[in-house]
Amino acid sequence: MRRLHLQSKVDNWLTYGLVIFAYIVIRILIASGNISSALQGQLVPITAYIVMAVSLNLTVGVLGELSLGHAGFMSVGAFSGVITATLLTNAIPMSWLRLALAMLIGAIIAGIFGFLIGIPVMRLQGDYLAIVTLAFGEIIKNVINVIYIGYDTNGIRVSMKNTSALRLDEGGKVILNGPMGAVGITKLSSFTAGFILILITLFIVLNLINSRAGRAIKAVRDDKIAAESVGISTWRYRMMAFVTSATLAGAAGALYALNYSTVVARKFDFNTSILILVFVVLGRMGNIRGSIIAATVLTVLPEVLRAFNEVRMLVYAIILILVMLIRNNTPLQRLLQIIGIRRRNNNLSTVEEGDDA
Amino acid sequence: MTFLSYLISGISLGSIYAIIALGYTMVYGIAKMLNFAHGDVIMVGGYMSFMATTHFGWSPFSSVLFAMGVCTVLGILIEQLAYKPLRSAPSLAVLITAIGVSYFLQNAALLIWTPNPKSFSSVVPFDSLRLFDGQLIISGTTIVTIVACAIIIVTLNTIVNKTKIGKAMRAVSEDKDVAQLMGISVNKTISVTFAIGSALAAVAGVLLCSAYPILMPTTGAMPGIKAFTAAVFGGIGSIPGAFLGGILLGIIEILGKAYISTQLSDAIVFAVLIIILLVKPTGLLGKKVLVKV
Repeated sequence: MRRLHLQSKVDNWLTYGLVIFAYIVIRILIASGNISSALQGQLVPITAYIVMAVSLNLTVGVLGELSLGHAGFMSVGAFSGVITATLLTNAIPMSWLRLALAMLIGAIIAGIFGFLIGIPVMRLQGDYLAIVTLAFGEIIKNVINVIYIGYDTNGIRVSMKNTSALRLDEGGKVILNGPMGAVGITKLSSFTAGFILILITLFIVLNLINSRAGRAIKAVRDDKIAAESVGISTWRYRMMAFVTSATLAGAAGALYALNYSTVVARKFDFNTSILILVFVVLGRMGNIRGSIIAATVLTVLPEVLRAFNEVRMLVYAIILILVMLIRNNTPLQRLLQIIGIRRRNNNLSTVEEGDDA
Repeated sequence: MTFLSYLISGISLGSIYAIIALGYTMVYGIAKMLNFAHGDVIMVGGYMSFMATTHFGWSPFSSVLFAMGVCTVLGILIEQLAYKPLRSAPSLAVLITAIGVSYFLQNAALLIWTPNPKSFSSVVPFDSLRLFDGQLIISGTTIVTIVACAIIIVTLNTIVNKTKIGKAMRAVSEDKDVAQLMGISVNKTISVTFAIGSALAAVAGVLLCSAYPILMPTTGAMPGIKAFTAAVFGGIGSIPGAFLGGILLGIIEILGKAYISTQLSDAIVFAVLIIILLVKPTGLLGKKVLVKV
């Protein structure tokens, strides 16, 4: 038990170390001008995606429930974060504090949504649970598409018709413009802010996993009935993992949205949820470091594949299929072992612990 | 009378969802996997029929047969190349592979047919039906869609319940290992299921494009998601469930669009789904599986 404890500790420090190391390397690259502008523009989205992947891993890998609507929480966080940041423009001049508050509010509101959607979700299992999270993501997208929010000297105005129905005074400003999304956002996000958010996320998730509650969550994943019979409240621990996951996604959403001047609800659709799920599965479920690496590699990959120009997304799809085939096909794995590409014992143990979830 | 016409177009849209959902539900019932590439097979079916009529100048009916043939081959190919090697892999790995296949089909279509939308001309040669002195107009496409759905559901039910291959399908869906011991070729049965599902997707693609005549590489994505929802709605794995779920989803969508809000119709559909699942956690006709300890 003590050895296990030590092992997980070393493992966690490795994860922190990797993130800090990557941050320093990229800072040096930026300072020496050795990084392409396209890649530099991807830095904040990459950090947001890493937080998304780590938080989804909590639901999919640690709790063992498939969520197809994680981008929905990102959306909630993104738009509440943008609204917070815009409303506080005059009150708080420091942009870092505004960003921090926007992420905090985004996280809290996404957490509340996580709890509300968790009530029906926790009654279901398996594919039925997955479809409800999918439905939730689509509902969020559609509802944000018909909401108009603006503010003027008299305060905030909300409408579901159009911008003129807001009846703003002169000098009033539209924040959320229905299908056009949030417009006129002041860019607040920075790579450093993203880096700090990743560290906070890791701190929360890794500590949760290695705590009493985390062991309870894993017990629920491995056998719900057995867990319940030894007195673990399945509802409570499933909800805990789900809400934590939603909260972190909300913060990531705020970070992501405040990196652009406009953001539309369509950006956070089913495809985005799936994209993040791909990060989690490719990085191995339950493996936090894997999520970080997969999110980074798969976000950079389309940029690297730009050399292929038109066929790049096709190549991306083929790589995705091939990786899944190579990783999960037993005869193919045996072949790789014989050639010596994969170590025998290592391979078997990770397959069993990682993929049964 | 307007209500009746909305209802009919709802049933028609629902019939398309039902045909797609049948493909989802059969594959799920037998291979226990969510075939996310199913929606994109619909799109391929649409393009095949489009090519056959505009480029080769074939008749609408033979273009449908052509699309069905191509999609059947495509379905079997996808199954053999991408899913068969993963038969013993965890279900999420198969799900991600299916997403990979879906990306592949969409991007291949993007390269072959460019992102420009093609305007699809309906394959249905009949004129609209006018009832009650022209107060109620039902288009030929609507009638054909509903009739096609009815024929498909009856045929499929017969195949599954009356034929030998249907018996094999039911056995494989019940227990793969036992079915194998009884001398049923599990791989062959799964291939046949994929073939049937993909042929149905082709029919759905042609009908969908006849009703909503814009054809793009992403045409199949949203109907695919909705049909998947419909399959879960009715209880995934159940053929009558997929039919019922599809029809209900179509009706809710059209009525929601007509009476509540055009933009919120999808939100309404999904909200109804959540409510139904709260009341019946395994869908309308889904079997409740008791877990033994």
